[in-house]
Amino acid sequence: MNKRFDPKENYLKTKQQIGYVSRKESTQADYDRIGFMSGLEVHQQLKTKEKLFCHCPAGIYNEHEDYDAELIRHMRPTLSELGEYDGTALMEFKTRKEIIYRIKNETACTYDVDDTPPFPLDREALDISIEISLLSKLNIVGEVHITRKQYLDGSIPTGFQRTAIIGVEGEISLKHKKVRLIQLSLEEDACREVSDIGHVRTFQTDRLGMPLIETVTYPDCVNPDEVMEACNYIRFLNRSTGKVRTGIGAGRQDVNVSCRGGTRVEIKGVSRTKWIPELTHNECFRQWALLHVREDLKKRVKDPSRWSISHKKISNHKFNFRYAPLTEARKKHYKIVAVNLPGFKGILSHFTQPGKIFANELSGRLKVIACLDLPNMTHSEELKSLIAAKEWEIIRKLLKSKDDDAQLIFWGPEADVATALETIEERCVMAFEVIPNETRKSFVDGTTIFKRVLPGADRMYPDTDSSPIPLEDEDIESLRKNLPDDVIDRYHRMKKWDIPEDTYTYIFKKNHFLLIKRIIEELNIDPKFVGTFFGHRLKFVEGHYVPAEAFNYNIIFALFRYLKNKNPDLELAYKMLPVLYEYPKMDFESVLTIIKYKKMSKKEVLAHVSFLKNKFSEIKRNDSPQNETNWIMGELRPLAMGNISMKELSKAIKENN
Amino acid sequence: MTDDFFQGYKGEALEVLKKFNTRVWGQAVIETTRGRFTGTILPRAENDDDKHIVLKIPTGYNVGVDIRTINEMKETGYKKAVYQIPEKEFPITPGLPNVKLFGTGGTIASRLDYRTGAVIPAFSPGELYGAVPELADICNLKTEKVFAVFSENMGPEQYIKLSKAIGKEIENGIDGIVIGHGTDTLHHTGAALTFMVQNPPVPIVLVGSQRSSDRPSSDAALNLMHAMNAAGNADIAEVMVCMFGPTSDEYGLLHKGTRVRKMHSSYRSTFRTIGDMPLGRVTRKEIIHIHKNYKPRRKDRNVKILPYFSDEVTMLYYHPGMKPDTIDSLVEAGYRGIIIVGTGLGHVNKELYPAIERAHSKGVHMFMTLQTIWGYVHMFVYDTGRDMMAKGIIPAGNMLPEVAWVKLSWILGQTDDPAKVKKMMLTPINDEITSREPYNGYLVYQGGVPEVEEFIKRVHK
Repeated sequence: MNKRFDPKENYLKTKQQIGYVSRKESTQADYDRIGFMSGLEVHQQLKTKEKLFCHCPAGIYNEHEDYDAELIRHMRPTLSELGEYDGTALMEFKTRKEIIYRIKNETACTYDVDDTPPFPLDREALDISIEISLLSKLNIVGEVHITRKQYLDGSIPTGFQRTAIIGVEGEISLKHKKVRLIQLSLEEDACREVSDIGHVRTFQTDRLGMPLIETVTYPDCVNPDEVMEACNYIRFLNRSTGKVRTGIGAGRQDVNVSCRGGTRVEIKGVSRTKWIPELTHNECFRQWALLHVREDLKKRVKDPSRWSISHKKISNHKFNFRYAPLTEARKKHYKIVAVNLPGFKGILSHFTQPGKIFANELSGRLKVIACLDLPNMTHSEELKSLIAAKEWEIIRKLLKSKDDDAQLIFWGPEADVATALETIEERCVMAFEVIPNETRKSFVDGTTIFKRVLPGADRMYPDTDSSPIPLEDEDIESLRKNLPDDVIDRYHRMKKWDIPEDTYTYIFKKNHFLLIKRIIEELNIDPKFVGTFFGHRLKFVEGHYVPAEAFNYNIIFALFRYLKNKNPDLELAYKMLPVLYEYPKMDFESVLTIIKYKKMSKKEVLAHVSFLKNKFSEIKRNDSPQNETNWIMGELRPLAMGNISMKELSKAIKENN
Repeated sequence: MTDDFFQGYKGEALEVLKKFNTRVWGQAVIETTRGRFTGTILPRAENDDDKHIVLKIPTGYNVGVDIRTINEMKETGYKKAVYQIPEKEFPITPGLPNVKLFGTGGTIASRLDYRTGAVIPAFSPGELYGAVPELADICNLKTEKVFAVFSENMGPEQYIKLSKAIGKEIENGIDGIVIGHGTDTLHHTGAALTFMVQNPPVPIVLVGSQRSSDRPSSDAALNLMHAMNAAGNADIAEVMVCMFGPTSDEYGLLHKGTRVRKMHSSYRSTFRTIGDMPLGRVTRKEIIHIHKNYKPRRKDRNVKILPYFSDEVTMLYYHPGMKPDTIDSLVEAGYRGIIIVGTGLGHVNKELYPAIERAHSKGVHMFMTLQTIWGYVHMFVYDTGRDMMAKGIIPAGNMLPEVAWVKLSWILGQTDDPAKVKKMMLTPINDEITSREPYNGYLVYQGGVPEVEEFIKRVHK
């Protein structure tokens, strides 16, 4: 009897071997060690009235169950312009998915479901994308060519996305470096996925066809924070035009990551910028771990070209499986298959991501390629054993496994077994050679799962339904005249104004810079006060109050102008804002009544201080002068607000002895 | 050939390419006033302007570079793309029916044509097998390219060629015939072949695609599978059109060649049997009969090929206020037959009467069909109808206008005798006129009606 193998121990051991460091503890030296490299594809919906290639209204969404009709399509790979089939295309065809589209008459037309050819490209969208290209210092093309980019996952009913390059080769300036841009394209947004179960994938067509731009950077970022900074910059730049959509799903990004010796892997559809650091960090280490797996396998298996799996159907064997998905599989009359992976002992439980092991790479692909819903397998190296050791002994005997082999069991409909076996073998064979080019889906915990094979340039095809659109110099120049200034210049300007940096993200995100500038310059108000008022107070109010009707931010300008004329202390605005935000139509006088503001001279306010001091000495629990000041400030705040600044009040209390 | 280096470029753009010694398929670095562009120079569509050069940039996208902005251009390499659908030998499986596929130029399998920027068909069993391997599970396939024209260019010459080729193939003992065809005039060809290939012992199936096969969501592959299944296995020995039933990838419908019509410019489910039910439904695996009366498959080879067609027949789509000279000029131009497409039950205005009389007296054969598409010509209901009949217009029952045009052309290719022409026109060969219209022969649902909306939601359109 050999020594018992402990998968958990192996997981921890391999995690240590590859030198995994958590993100909090990581330094640039760690990223340099593993050769962190990352770039972005930032998607941003444009604020247009209509969709990109048809006249459906843009920006209206329906609930998943709210639809008027459904239709079914299948996607079949076709040749690219250069006469080649795309790898993803072929893989996706293997999955043979039935795609169901849900259509709501209000939001989708026969163009959306590919029963009508495209209408001319929306000019409003084209102009906005040229503006953003100019801001991104891109070289604007002479003629816009609409290209079809194949997507066989069904997310677009045509099987391709109509997309067009507007500019190439630009750059953005981060705080400490420049990041180069590859290109900016204008494209139609895809469907929203409703569900993906077995061989049926369901989509909603409301978002389909909305104008979207994609800004692609070179892989110039060398650590996770830089990726986030670049992403924020691009999003802020887009928003600085005021012509893009905001809200859930209006902006999302794909993040490309590789480590030294690794492969470009795309983390798809990250909707929050703040998730980027954790995701890129983990992905880079996942690749680093896979390189370690490769070295490990090379040592064990002499001739990888002759490596293959063996399997046995065990549906009819008597096992005492207690694992619920397996008993469920039996009930559904699924085939249960045991597979032997020669020389893979210690590989299945090899660390890949926090809490994830190599076996997850297999189950992810089984889900997508063989359409086996999760959980679809278990194996001999689960971190928490799901099947009794006794049963594994029987399985090992059945498979005639050697000691350094690993085993897995998967289950699913009979028709999918062949594809599943191919998928397992294919992925294992890859482990000897390369880190597969993949698109991965992200989870909130910062880990990722296989989504599909990463498509290449082979999936492009000219759109034979539309002709090229020339972009004349004069049109571009007239758009250039109305451009906002650069985000990086605004950044430096706010620095100079001494506005605290923790407000910038909010200000850029909401595109408030111009309004702030106007208040500072036209009303001559302290920049630091204005910036903080927006970045702290307004942000807080927006997070805690709900406006009765759309709140127009220009009200804030009017508010300051009013206060400036009336001449109370400007801090009164802090108190007025929540009321104004809730009732944007209310006049300022009424707001003052509601907050019970009474005009008083400083002297009148300060007259209360000695009385309160006496009162404090009666009720105090300790003698700290700070406590005294705080308490008195608290009591006086309603009276003081607008009549005397808090700073001045505090000073006066301290001085009043 | 020097021309090959500048595929599709003309005028100023061509001059620029020559000036900088660059050519199509050359990798180029272009310095412009808008910055630098790199990529492979692609051919240009003939109808596009001469102010731009098309470049495939390294990410795979195409862009146009304005020649007026070019300062400098340099070729750094050259790599011509060979566009080819992978060919694999079509396997022969004993026990499967033998089907012949005739190519006419439809978009079953296609590749890019840089000259027009559109797609052109590619076609051989090997190519088809490469693109749609499932076909090998349905039949043993042979193909023959009879000619290659776009649907709108199909005409008498092609009908005749095709009918003769079909006759030969039937003689050779084929189990079924499929004809790949552009969809615009699929129904004209369906009618023509019905008249020219009479009494066939095997199914003759016309098929096309509404979305070219260069797109993943194309209906081409599934249509082809349906058509092959119908040709190889159906018991219906008639000329049929096989196209999508719903717009969903679910099943195809088999329509009689004389009762079918393209009803939407771009929908997949565009073909509909008019005034009757289709012959059947077809999937990859099954053929479900709808019509009980059909001409069954036979073992004999007694087909009659009647390859006649006159090009002296035209159609006149009537509109209010039409002037007599429209008819006069047709007669003057030498047309011997006119299919009038009239309003309502089959009407034209009184102003045309003298012209109709003049045409009739010159021996021009005139038949009345309907703009309403559905229903029968009924010229007894109003006086005007009776007047017209008296002046020589013959009502063509519920024959579809396009079918009437095809039939009259076919007849006038054989005889000019008015009595014979009339008799032949009104004696149906395969239901081009039916004696009755079933209640479900006319169904055009109206959107917005609650029960229709409910139906649409429940049943895939």
